[in-house]
Amino acid sequence: MPPRKPRARVNASNNGGATVAEAAPQLPGGLTADDLTDFYRRMVLCRTIDERIWALNRQGKVPIAASSQGHEAAQLGSLLAAEKDGNCFLFPYYRDLALKFAAGLTAEQVMRSFMGKAGDPYSNGRQFPLQGADLPHNIIQISNVVAAGLTQSVGYAMACKMRDEGTVTLVYFGDGASSQGETHEAMNFAGVHRLPVVFICENNRYAISVPQRKQMSIEEVASRAAGYGFPGFTIDGMDFIGCYEASREAISSAREQGPVLLEMNVERFTSHTTDDDDRRYRPANEVEQARLRDPVVTFGALLMEHGVMTQEEIDEAAANALAAVDAATDAADVASPPDVSTLHALVYSG
Amino acid sequence: MAVKSVIEAVREALREEMQRDPTVFVMGEDVGARGGVFLATQGLLEEFGEDRIIDTPLAEASIVGIALGAAFRGQRAVPEIQFSDFVWPSINQLIGEAARTCYGTNGAVEVPMTVRIPYGGGIRGGLFHSQNVETHFFHTPGLKVVTPCTPYDAKGLLKSAIRDNNPVVFLEHKKTYRLVRGEVPDGEYTLPIGKADIKRPGSNVTVVSYGLTLHYCLEAAQEVAAEGVDAEVVDLRTLSPLDKETILSSVQKTGKLLIAHEDNVTGGIGAEIAALVADEAFEYLDGPIVRVCGPDVPTMPFAQTLEDAYIPDTPKIAAALRRLAAY
Repeated sequence: MPPRKPRARVNASNNGGATVAEAAPQLPGGLTADDLTDFYRRMVLCRTIDERIWALNRQGKVPIAASSQGHEAAQLGSLLAAEKDGNCFLFPYYRDLALKFAAGLTAEQVMRSFMGKAGDPYSNGRQFPLQGADLPHNIIQISNVVAAGLTQSVGYAMACKMRDEGTVTLVYFGDGASSQGETHEAMNFAGVHRLPVVFICENNRYAISVPQRKQMSIEEVASRAAGYGFPGFTIDGMDFIGCYEASREAISSAREQGPVLLEMNVERFTSHTTDDDDRRYRPANEVEQARLRDPVVTFGALLMEHGVMTQEEIDEAAANALAAVDAATDAADVASPPDVSTLHALVYSG
Repeated sequence: MAVKSVIEAVREALREEMQRDPTVFVMGEDVGARGGVFLATQGLLEEFGEDRIIDTPLAEASIVGIALGAAFRGQRAVPEIQFSDFVWPSINQLIGEAARTCYGTNGAVEVPMTVRIPYGGGIRGGLFHSQNVETHFFHTPGLKVVTPCTPYDAKGLLKSAIRDNNPVVFLEHKKTYRLVRGEVPDGEYTLPIGKADIKRPGSNVTVVSYGLTLHYCLEAAQEVAAEGVDAEVVDLRTLSPLDKETILSSVQKTGKLLIAHEDNVTGGIGAEIAALVADEAFEYLDGPIVRVCGPDVPTMPFAQTLEDAYIPDTPKIAAALRRLAAY
């Protein structure tokens, strides 16, 4: 078993009226108060748009959605580490709405994608929402076939190594995808070639309805890393700061020494997708209990506790997110769908 | 010009493209020190090193998936699937992912990847070393499918495939590797993907084929020529995109069409060509469209008698040509 990574914590003490400048040196991993408020606002925006998308689905305006509610700390903590690093490429999976949005899209772009409108930045309305590629933000996700992106990400990392670019590739997947044969093949090859890849397993303990105990006979997906000759760590995926710190270390380690497997234990607050009903297979109080650890709430509370944000600023972030999502919804709602002439375009390149 | 075998032409194309473009790399099972089980990559490890001639674990899904990911970053990936029969574990990466990448990213991501696959039978390979896999790729928009049958075509088309920014399934009939020899120019040349080649001009009957079967068609055409049947033999060379123009103009000239291939008859390339001609050249036809293809059994069997019975060989094609010419 690889060693468990100790859970990271913010060490900053609550010093009441401390200025940002005073608080900054105590923040972990070179983080500034600005980083934290920026990412808190992004997280609130992600949650707000995610909830709106579900409402729009029930109104018949969004055909399908997979939610990242409950996964935001894992996705955005690792994104912050990737942004700070400045030379990372991301292969997300279908539950990474928060990651893809926060990586640089506008709320309206996200809404256009979910409504299947022209101007969807990932595929111009050809694929499920936010699926395809967002190269300006260093993101590729071709498909819904779980684990298919793992081998691709390993190839991408190999190409970057061949080109001596120093890029670290982060690839995201759920506990469900960990059962796929390609997950094994990807990790095995990455281990053999010591490729700069961080495998991030967002473990919410459900492959749609199948619980972890029916998926694997182990407690931690991360323990499999030992079989591929690289380190694996299990961390609390509800803890933004912890996810940031672990990702930062993993990125640095991957660049120098080869792959790292990071298992981020998260909670899935919603059904698998808007087409699913998790009351059929989850105990009634499970999500209720999980929501007590809501990453948006705990991150906000942490920032207030350490004097990084005030209650007023927290409230303002929520109000601003709501206004932005309202405007994006209205704009996307009246936006044009893709022209039917595009049906035949770009089957081939060139 | 020197006379070379198909396998030598393939090796030359790989070497020249790797010399020409540092982003070209090969990966696959036994492609390194072993030089590939058919020796397609013989000598390349010594010339280009382990970073560009990559011996992989025995795992086809990742051979294609990793090659595909490298292609996303702009490396020209040339993965080898050792035998067509082993392509199935990688089929999601090929048909599911690679074929949909350009379309599914609205053109943002290109796939400069050529998957080389030795295929076909007649070498006592049985059910798992003889498979014809081409129809599955032919059916899939987003892939290009190339099926050369001479050393000249193999070299020129492989070089074009490697330079293409789309996923190309490059099918090399394994029985042609050493059996078929021909002249190959010494200098640099490429051949266009998507262009058929009239290997034998004629006036009475159009014969459309590709791969090893094309050679049987040429032999059959030679055989019936003495009887006054002047067959035109069209080598598709590329299955996708299909050179419809060459097929249609030949049928318009001859009025009769025979299609021959080793792959199973039902839903095969021949069925699509028959539909094409029925749609677009119906009024030119003076006889039924005839197919001489592998029967609908799951690959040619191992026993010599059964393998022979399966293969659409020269006598079978010649007999069908005589019947069609007399119609």
